[in-house]
Amino acid sequence: MKEQQMQKFILEKKNNIAGVSALLIILGFTSEFGFHNESLAMWSLALASVLGVAPIAIQAYQALRVKVVSIDLLVTIAVAGAFVIRNFEESAIVTFLFLFGAFLEQRTLQKTRSAIKELTELAPESAWKQREDGTFGEVAIDEVTVGDILLVKTGAKVPVDGMVQSGEGYINEASITGEAVPVGKHKDSRVFAGTILENGTIQIIAERVGEDTTFGRIIELVEEAQDSKSETQRFIDKFSLYYTPFVLILSVVVWLIFRDMELAITILVLGCPGALVIGVPVSNVAGIGNGARHGVLLKGSEVIHDFSKVNTIVFDKTGTLTIGNPSVADTIYYTAEEEKTAAYLVSVEQESDHPLAKAIVEKLGEIGTYKIEKTDVARGGGIVALVDGHRIVVGNLALMEEEQIEISDQAHQDIARLEQQGNSLVLISVDGEMQALFGIRDQVRPNVKSHLQRLKELGVKHLVVLSGDNQGTVDVVARQLGLTEAYGHMLPEDKAAYIKRLQKEGRIIAFVGDGVNDSPSLALAQIGIAMGSGTDVAIETSDVVLMNSDFSRLPHAFGLTKAILANMRQNIAIAVGVVVVLLASVFLSEWMNMSIGMLVHEASILVVILNGMRLLRYRLPKER
Amino acid sequence: MQKATIQLETLTCPSCLLKIENATKNLQGVQKESVQVLFNSSKVTLNFDEEIINLEKIEQAIATLGYVVKKSQVKAL
Repeated sequence: MKEQQMQKFILEKKNNIAGVSALLIILGFTSEFGFHNESLAMWSLALASVLGVAPIAIQAYQALRVKVVSIDLLVTIAVAGAFVIRNFEESAIVTFLFLFGAFLEQRTLQKTRSAIKELTELAPESAWKQREDGTFGEVAIDEVTVGDILLVKTGAKVPVDGMVQSGEGYINEASITGEAVPVGKHKDSRVFAGTILENGTIQIIAERVGEDTTFGRIIELVEEAQDSKSETQRFIDKFSLYYTPFVLILSVVVWLIFRDMELAITILVLGCPGALVIGVPVSNVAGIGNGARHGVLLKGSEVIHDFSKVNTIVFDKTGTLTIGNPSVADTIYYTAEEEKTAAYLVSVEQESDHPLAKAIVEKLGEIGTYKIEKTDVARGGGIVALVDGHRIVVGNLALMEEEQIEISDQAHQDIARLEQQGNSLVLISVDGEMQALFGIRDQVRPNVKSHLQRLKELGVKHLVVLSGDNQGTVDVVARQLGLTEAYGHMLPEDKAAYIKRLQKEGRIIAFVGDGVNDSPSLALAQIGIAMGSGTDVAIETSDVVLMNSDFSRLPHAFGLTKAILANMRQNIAIAVGVVVVLLASVFLSEWMNMSIGMLVHEASILVVILNGMRLLRYRLPKER
Repeated sequence: MQKATIQLETLTCPSCLLKIENATKNLQGVQKESVQVLFNSSKVTLNFDEEIINLEKIEQAIATLGYVVKKSQVKAL
């Protein structure tokens, strides 16, 4: 036990040891070159080596106990070898550099992980919970269970997902939606964990706690993503598993053949694979952290890899390219009994939650309605209903033709005109006679056109829109936005089939949808991107989530994945390059020794970490 | 069975992962396949049988390797 405490003490004081050994090295060199005091120089350098190697040797020993040949072992043997040939300068410098390098690595690595840490630190830690006597007391978040009544005060974090029971206030939901505009909350409003009550006081009832809350899920997702491994990473891990023992054997062989201890221990130090194993995870964590800060959730390194290769992006129209809140733009009646027709229409449409139906109900407002005797939903077409003894058909042109309803020339002209203007059409017929035509339009999201242009500049060749709307509407949107292909009259299964066909042609596809109606397409495409305002479905089913449905984050996300991949490649190139140059110079040059080797080795690790850190600041280059 | 999530101090070398993984996997009562050591989040997650081993013993095994355990969470499975 005493021995263990000793070991623990040494490991904890690693950084202090590095400091002391730095001082001893300075003392050693000044006494040697300044005062030509050889023996003092030797003793201080030897002491620095012994102090410095202690924590390294302990780590090496502990690793060996669990059957791992670690870098620490290589360094320990190298230092021991330097001792044998009485080269105390090198042993002192190598141990110091190794310890100091580890210290710097820890500091810089913390930086690369900072973006994700900031996010996880937003998680609430305590809550004011109602006790049995009705008063409130502060408890740790783990003690809150579903059904508890909680008090949230001004400036505090909402601790759980829940429903407001009493009180009013304004909440900043930036941690969930990415938008920092306060949202008013009152009785029966939903509130989310991790959001902040900016003013007011509310009492809420807990509905979901801890990891089950929306915020908990986001954190879990990002935490998993930062440690997910790509194929390259798995290869490197496996490689380094055998690489370290290989270096050990190589140096023994060199020693046996050349009988040159100096050369053998130099190989041990040069062979450490540090930068190679650390390079890829560093790019990964910094890149995913950048995304998390900018409202883009990337689910892991496979996703980053695949997304960066996408050449075709397929968009759903409603709710993705458009705001998703259509409104009636044109109304044409072909009957004198307008009010009666309108009343029939509202009666039928009230039953439906289709966006077009909602738009019509909103437009016509509260008018007298009739009791509906029977309804049949014609999928993708509309509704056939029996109202007040009349047969009412509400839907698109295809449904009217199917129902063999005669359409006048005038109506045909109107239909063509409205379609061309980009309207979705709803027709209504009463007892086989067409009576009214509604043109409904959805507004395109602001700035979508320039964002799509950015995607093209970043290398996406095909921008496709698929929609259940009529071809005219889709064409108008496509023309407005500069899309390359546009297809209307698509049911969800048609969209999925279309994506399958493109994939057969060898295209790599990202599908962007709202995550509600299009789950088959989201799942089928190589990359499913959900425009989610923190909705569960969006978070669960997609590979990439754009928080707050913000379209501008799509080009950022795409550019970011490309930058992350490039960064990983740079890091691998730096690491491999350094090892090759070092090993070559051992045999080909005079100046290479153990200390320089260790310096270059530690420097290369810092270079890949710093290179990875650049990703934290990544932004799309300014528009051309 | 219980699931433990153990938060460590910042991990800096990927070879640490292997050490921690081997050390915890070989403990009696720890479910071998469940052991996951996460580099970037510097966490260990594993399932263990509370009748054979307790959390302190697992933390002890990690601490012996030279890694500081910051905090742990245990959830019943």
